[in-house]
Order: sequence, then structure tokens, then C-alpha cells
Amino acid sequence: MRIAVLLKSVPDLIEDIPIDEESGEILYDEMSYIPSEWDDQALEEALLIKEESGAEVTAITVDTGESDTMLFTALAKGADHGVKLVGDFDPSLPNRQRAHIFSQYLGPQSFDLVLSGVQAIDDIDGQIPGLVAGILGWPHASVVTEVRAHDNRVIFRQEYAGGLVAEIKVSTPAVIGVQAARKPPRYASIAKVRQIAKSSQLEEVEMSIQEVPSLEILRFYKPIASGHAEMIDGDVDEAVDRIIEILQEHNLMRG
Amino acid sequence: MQKAKAIELDVAVVDGVELSGSWNRMFEPRAISEYDIAVLDETTAIPGAESLGYCYQCGKCTAVCPVDTVGDYSPRKIFRRTQLGVSLVDSPDLWLCTTCRNCLRVCPKEVNMIQIMPAVRERAVLDGKAPDELLTAFENTARYGNPIGESPRKRAEWAKTAGVMVPVMAQKKSPVDVLWFVECYPAYHPRGKQASVALARLLNALNVDFGILGNEEKCAGDSQRMAGERGLFEMLAEHNIKMLSKYTFNHIVVTDPHAYNAFLHEYPKLGGDWPVQHYTQYLAERLSALSFVRSIPRRITFHDPCYLGRHNGEYDAPRRLLTALPGVELVEMGHCRETSYCCGGGGGGMWLDSFTRDYTSERLSEKRVREAIEYGADILAVTCPYEVPRFEDAVKSTGNAGKLAVMDIAELLAYSVGLTDEYAAN
Ligand code: SF4
Ligand code: SF4
Repeated sequence: MRIAVLLKSVPDLIEDIPIDEESGEILYDEMSYIPSEWDDQALEEALLIKEESGAEVTAITVDTGESDTMLFTALAKGADHGVKLVGDFDPSLPNRQRAHIFSQYLGPQSFDLVLSGVQAIDDIDGQIPGLVAGILGWPHASVVTEVRAHDNRVIFRQEYAGGLVAEIKVSTPAVIGVQAARKPPRYASIAKVRQIAKSSQLEEVEMSIQEVPSLEILRFYKPIASGHAEMIDGDVDEAVDRIIEILQEHNLMRG
Repeated sequence: MQKAKAIELDVAVVDGVELSGSWNRMFEPRAISEYDIAVLDETTAIPGAESLGYCYQCGKCTAVCPVDTVGDYSPRKIFRRTQLGVSLVDSPDLWLCTTCRNCLRVCPKEVNMIQIMPAVRERAVLDGKAPDELLTAFENTARYGNPIGESPRKRAEWAKTAGVMVPVMAQKKSPVDVLWFVECYPAYHPRGKQASVALARLLNALNVDFGILGNEEKCAGDSQRMAGERGLFEMLAEHNIKMLSKYTFNHIVVTDPHAYNAFLHEYPKLGGDWPVQHYTQYLAERLSALSFVRSIPRRITFHDPCYLGRHNGEYDAPRRLLTALPGVELVEMGHCRETSYCCGGGGGGMWLDSFTRDYTSERLSEKRVREAIEYGADILAVTCPYEVPRFEDAVKSTGNAGKLAVMDIAELLAYSVGLTDEYAAN
């Protein structure tokens, strides 16, 4: 079984999001980036499948900046190959275009299963797994929690509201958007990542950008506070009195 | 591995006396060879962990190991458990040692936990067996240059509140005498920042020509090294050495004893060799230039940080500063200087509090705070950035809020010299 895991980096929200006040544009160059946490889940699930039933795992990303560490980390965790899709791309690359780039690469390759994070914090025009599946015309499921692959049978789970779980079988090749891996993503020690970075090669594939239907973002801005929270001051007794008062006002007290 | 058999002879004659019988084995090699020591062999085969095999079970270490006072722990016990087949790589024992170095001080066989722990932990980290909370600290450090997960762009933000100039090397563009390596907790933790402000004002009052790396600085990484992430340590050290090498300065002054240890022993091996002093050493040499204007009529006791005291032999500089404070009565706790207790933060302990809770009756910091109170101290003076938050939490959790203040020596000095208005949080 050959598994492709699609990775992307997203803005690191530990830093404030820099916005050009006048134009309302996000200043992409001023942000720092980290691997998307859902993609980490997808990678972990792929590695678990590899350990459970054998598979060859390829981590793939569209290079919009510093993608080497992300791919070397994937290799250090146990992925077999790292592929960097290069071109004139920057971090503002819309998902729709990103999905085309991924699909262009995946199309002629013979992957059985494509896993990616169900979403990312900066998805503006759709989620990667669904877009890629659509472009390739492959079966797709999203918000998936447990993927198992035996021979060429892929079985996974989806959870629904109301406490219902579905077990679903899909024929390969298929694209799956992973919500959570069975285990928390593993840690790759820095020594290992550094050693891998010295000893292994990433495959670089030149890709071109494609015109896609796009959205126009008018502006980004910080939300304007509507209601407000009440801060309850005073000592314990005063605070308790005020809380009781509020509960009574809202008819939430019994007895 | 084949289990070694006790040697028992059907007929044993020693010096002409017949000693046949099951007890005659006492005349032959015994005890250690009766165990299947495969697990012990596996552990001592890890480079750095060899000395665990030297232990001859005298028990001296058990008497001094701080973790044994709140749990069931010591190198003797670790050796014994390993000998009985419990793999240290899989055991919670691996994460309880704070690398305080007290056992090494007394061990006749030089069983060296300071080497054993990082070596075996490194193996456990590689095998994916390290506690999650520790891995989070590692990930934060790798990503942000500090274990707390704070923005690397805000590393020098504290300096804005200092009220005095704190030059950042990248902007200063001229050589300085002292390169002050601030470290993470002094840069980000609210109480750490207060001590940094105090130290910045003291340096200014002394007209020291100094600068900091600001956002170019990353965690010195020594505790991550002791916690088993040598690769991370090397990455941080290479970065810091590269940044420091850009500038011209005469010596480094550090706030943090863990950074002191790194700059003294580890950075030189990686090409970063500069004279380094802990700030208490630097200030103790310049005591005569400080004029004290306020008295602190309090009973103060001092907690020797493991990495300043036992690891690096500096016990006097902090005491010279404390005894210079007008009004202060310095009392020593039973555990002081070489025999000092441990705050529990070293060797990765800072990031393992939830894990440790399951294996100990109380935190080391709580035990230490009780001792300070027993000695009638009003103030527990400290000089390692891990300690203010650890001991302040412990003061509260032991129900002693209001009875004991925890102060960095820099804070006490700055107050007494008239550079800050408060010297005690309570
Ligand atoms: S002091 Fe040294 S030799 Fe004695 S029990 Fe402890 S580790 Fe073993
Ligand atoms: S270094 Fe300290 S905590 Fe670790 S085993 Fe020795 S005495 Fe105990």
C-alpha cells in the first residue's frame, strides 16, 4: 500500500496576525508558520497504518517557504519519502490552487491512499482533501477518525452527532480527511531530525500554478466586540451574591 | 541470556575442613551472579550510563537523595530495580531524578546520575517513551526557543518595563563589556521579569556597559539536555553561539545557574568559549560600588541552587550579597551549601510536575518551603529563575501564604539600593 500524506504549514497564532490597517490585507511575509495540527494527525494515522499492516508513506507539501524541516520531521517520525512541490508559491496560496498542485503531482503516481488533515486554520476556499478528491475524481470522506488498510481494502470510521459511528469501506485510490489519529502524534527527537536532514534527500518536483476560480477578500479586520462580559469584583461573599443575582435574573435558580 | 546459577558444591573442602552442604556457597562468588542481569547490562551499555553498574549498594545516596524524602527513590534503588529486571527506560524512575548531584557527592563508587540520566532518557525519548508534558516543553523550545511556548518575538519585551536602558546588541552596534544572557523564565515569567528589571537597574546603577541578545537569544538548553534531548540542546547551543559570535564583549553574565553550567562546561565543547559569571558572582565583586539606602529588617534564608552550588561550587557569592543587605539576619537551613535541598525544577523537573505527582507524596519545593518556615525565615532568597515560581506556588499549596516571601537576590538588592519600591510580594 502506498500512502501519500499532504502537509501544509499555517500561520502560528502565538504571534499576532499582522494586518495592513489601510488595505485590510494580511501581511503574510511577517507571519511565522507551523505545520498544520490536523496534517500531523493525518501523518500519525499513516504511520500507524504502516506499523500495523505495512505501507510506504510519502509526505508531500507545496513549498511556500520553509518546508524542509516539516518534511525532515516527517521522515524522522517514520515516513519513507519526502516530496517538495516547488514553484513560484508563497504562503498566501489559496487552497484551490494548492489542491491543483497536489493533484497534478498525485495523478500520475500510483498512490493507493491519500491522507490529509480534515482542515487547517487558514482554509478560505475549501478544504484540501475534498478539493483534491474532486479534481482527481477519487472517492473521498472527511472528518474521519480511524483508518485501517489491509491489502487494498481501506476501512475507516466516521462519527455523527447523536452518538452514531459508521464503519465505511472504500475502494482505492481514495482521499481521506483525517480528524484525529488513533494516538497523539509522535515526537521526533531533534537529534534524529538533524541526522535525517544531513543524510537524506527530499525529492523536489517543479510544478506550475494554474488559474482557478477564486474569491476576492475585501479586507481582514479584528472583530468588533458586540456584547460584553461582566467582570465580577469584590471579595468572595460579594462575588457569590452577584452570581446568585445574575442566575435569578435569568431564571436559572431552583428551589 | 542464561540465568547464572548459585555455586553450590556437593563436597567442599576449605583449608582441610569439609564444608559440604547448601550453605557452602558463601565461599564462592555469589549474589550478583545469581541474577539474570541482561536488563542491567542493556542499561549500562548505553554510552554515559556505564557507571550505574558500579553500584555496590552501600545506600549512602539514599540518605541524601531529595526525591527519596518524598518518595521511594535513589541511585541504590534504581540499580537494584534494574538488577532485578525492571528496565529503567520503561520505568517512571527515569523521570524523577532532578540531577541535583547530591548522590554523586557521597557515592564511593562515583555512580554518576548526571551522566546516566541524560543518556538513558535520550534513549527513552527516541523510543517515544517520554512523558507528554516533557515533550511539549521540548517542542516549544524547538519551535519558539523557550520551553514555555511564548512568542520568540517578545523575548525582549520585559525590557520595556525596566525603566532604564537595556541595550539590545543588534541595535547597539558597538562592543560591550558584559553580554547579559537573560534566559527564558527571566524574560517571560511575570516574577522572573521582575527580577530581570531589578538586575537591569542594578547594572545601570553600577554603570555597567552591557547588552542583551534580545530576540536573537534562545534557551541555553541545559535542562533539556539533562532531560534527554541532546539534539535540541545542540541546536540551541549552535544558535546561541552563532548569535554571540556576531558581537564583541569581554564576558558573559547569566541570570540562570543552568545557563551558567552550560556556558561553563558544554558550550566550549561546541566552540562557544567565553568567560562567564553568574550574576551573583559579578555583583559580589562590585559590592563596594553599591550604596544601600534601605534596610530590610527581616530574617532571610537562602536556597542554594543545585547548578550554582553543588554542580559548580559557588556558595559564597550569594551569601556575600545577602549579608551586605542592611538589617538582614541570614539564617542557614539544615540543608544548605553542599547539602542543600533541591527545588525539584532541575533536569527537566520543571516540566514534569504532573507526572511526578503520581510518584511522590509532595513536591520538593513544598518540602523546602516547610524547612524555611521551620527556621523562622520571613524571606526565602533564591537566585535561580526556576525557583521563584516553584517556591511561591509551594508557599500557597502548603497553606503558608503570607508567612514566607520568595525573593530573587536581585530584587532584594535593588530594593535596598533604592532602585525599586517593593521587596516582598506579600
Ligand atoms: S552511594 Fe553509590 S554505591 Fe552506594 S548505593 Fe548509592 S549509588 Fe550505589
Ligand atoms: S541527582 Fe539528586 S535527585 Fe537524582 S538520584 Fe541523585 S540525589 Fe536523587
